[in-house]
Amino acid sequence: MDIVKTFFNGPVFLESLPLLLTGLWVTVQLGVASIIAGLIVGLVVALLRIYGPPPAAVPAKIYIDVFRSIPILVLLILVYYALPFVGIRLSSFWAAWMALTLVSGAYTAEIFRAGIEAIPRGQFEASHALGLGYRHMMVDVILPQAVRIVIPPLTNNCINVIKDTALASVVAMPDLLKQATQAQALAANPTPLIGAALIYIILLWPLVALVSRLERKFKAGTR
Amino acid sequence: MAPFISIRGVGKSYDTFKALEGIDLDIAEGEVVCIIGPSGSGKSTLVRCVNLLEQYGPGEISVGGIPVRAGKELAAVRAEVGMVFQSFNLFPHLSVKRNVMLAPMRTRRLDEKTAEARAMALIKRVGIAEQADKYPGQLSGGQQQRVAIARALAMEPKALLFDEPTSALDPEMVGEVLDVMRALAHTGVTMIVVTHEMGFARQVADRVVVMVEGRIIESGTPDEVFDHPKQQRTQDFLKAVLAH
Repeated sequence: MDIVKTFFNGPVFLESLPLLLTGLWVTVQLGVASIIAGLIVGLVVALLRIYGPPPAAVPAKIYIDVFRSIPILVLLILVYYALPFVGIRLSSFWAAWMALTLVSGAYTAEIFRAGIEAIPRGQFEASHALGLGYRHMMVDVILPQAVRIVIPPLTNNCINVIKDTALASVVAMPDLLKQATQAQALAANPTPLIGAALIYIILLWPLVALVSRLERKFKAGTR
Repeated sequence: MAPFISIRGVGKSYDTFKALEGIDLDIAEGEVVCIIGPSGSGKSTLVRCVNLLEQYGPGEISVGGIPVRAGKELAAVRAEVGMVFQSFNLFPHLSVKRNVMLAPMRTRRLDEKTAEARAMALIKRVGIAEQADKYPGQLSGGQQQRVAIARALAMEPKALLFDEPTSALDPEMVGEVLDVMRALAHTGVTMIVVTHEMGFARQVADRVVVMVEGRIIESGTPDEVFDHPKQQRTQDFLKAVLAH
């Protein structure tokens, strides 16, 4: 049995491909749903953290710190296996979605906070002094600068979320990795795992390249 | 004639520290007032109160008869009063031209063509027409500060506040900014200039105000203040800054 036949077995790969693609579709759905929810949670939490009164800002800070500290796998197992004891029973998809959203939201909140706080006070003062209203100040001056700062780390976070969807296979969600291990068992050959790895790379490489490009562009751009 | 800018009994404190205390200052339309004094004497704080970048209290400041207070009329005050900062505070993501065009387009509802024509005229006036399409980060400090002056002028303000406009500049660039300010002083715009440039104050100011420890200790024509200072502390300050 040579290496090619074991790990790069063409017929096995083709046979497992339909299964892998259904897994990919689940992975993409879970990734996108978690990223979108994480962005919303993150923006709200960041604004509460920066501008909220203490009763809102303190819980926001605690949320951020706790969910950046807990391993996603631990959180996922808690959500999936422990919540049923208090009567909350989530499907594997929604349990994974919840765990990923909670963690992604915490990271996203920190990214937004850093982005907004990185805008020097002088930019706000110059806008005030020119008589720009709050809306114009945010839309024309503050947010365009904040977005430049925030997009590369946000894209990095998206990459992490999509990679972390693979953890959902632990709670039996039929994502890309789960389907690959299934196919591997069926074919008694690890080629489907290699296939899954390739699919992850094809999916994420463009995003990784995009981050590098944006970082270079914004660095070279205006300053 | 009623003063254009009126500052009456203005104070400001941080906890127990009094940044400003009992400031009275009336400035007529078209007058050029230079505020001098040691650092930490409250000069910057005072000009920043005039367009309410700093809150103040007690006391009352009014510009063109409008009280400077948080609320609806604040926009009217800020439209009348331009400001030039020590650290320029240009918008780094906009070109020089766009920096100058932004506020008139948003607050005066100028269309793009008119705003651009006016911006170009102002950029030419401060002597950097060939830099109009560059970004602030590509300009020298002196050029950036001249853009900042053009940006303030674009709102056609009746008064301009200068908060140490040359303090962040390399020495060889101070002159080009002072030249622009000197030319402005002759156009009839009211100017309050916080500065360490004694030569400029002596030449250009109608009135020089000396601040120490949050109070105005002396004010008068450049002749009176520089050549015949009445207060010991003014003499000490002048001796210290003119020594080198």
